[in-house]
Amino acid sequence: MFKISAEPIHLEALGRALHDVAAGACATFEGRVRIKNDGRTVQSLEYEAFAPLAEKEGARILEEAAARFGILKAVCVHRTGRLALGDLAVWVGVTSEHRGAAFDACRYIIDQTKLRVPIWKREHYADGTTVWVGVAGTPPV
Amino acid sequence: MKTIRVQYFALLREERGLAEETVATAAATAAELYDELRVRHGFTLPRERLRAAVNEEFAPWTAGLKEGDALVFLPPVAGG
Repeated sequence: MFKISAEPIHLEALGRALHDVAAGACATFEGRVRIKNDGRTVQSLEYEAFAPLAEKEGARILEEAAARFGILKAVCVHRTGRLALGDLAVWVGVTSEHRGAAFDACRYIIDQTKLRVPIWKREHYADGTTVWVGVAGTPPV
Repeated sequence: MKTIRVQYFALLREERGLAEETVATAAATAAELYDELRVRHGFTLPRERLRAAVNEEFAPWTAGLKEGDALVFLPPVAGG
């Protein structure tokens, strides 16, 4: 399950989605909003997504992870909207029989999500300016 | 001429000043439509930095456009 969520991520429900009595391992990754990026002080983040395609491409990433690493279950949820420092922006959870596959698949899913899924991030800085991340040459707004 | 629904996100949405519009165009491909709209609205991102999506799926820039297609021009992504 790959979901774009405009609401805060609820970890209990995601944990249940991963439950599998065959699983001896569960690896999770939490991406959180941090205060520094490229030497600038961040005040908040804004995420935007093209949700229908983001969820399709995300589902493909989870299928690839299952095929490559032989995991049992995988879940990824990515936030949209305005997030404050420390807020949870993305969560990945993977269960597998043994820990190696769970770690590897978790890493694969977050890396591919950052590369391929149509999600955009705008950083709001303490000095009042903002930038769409990854779009070099953006004129000041 | 055909009617195409265009959705904008992130920097493109801001530069266009709206999230969605319907355009009447003679453009034959996604590439031609972006080039046409870039001239009209002064988008700063060159086409090489974008990807196209037609009807909620990634599509090559050379994809032919049909009446009623839904097009999205995807700026460089930055999830995570």
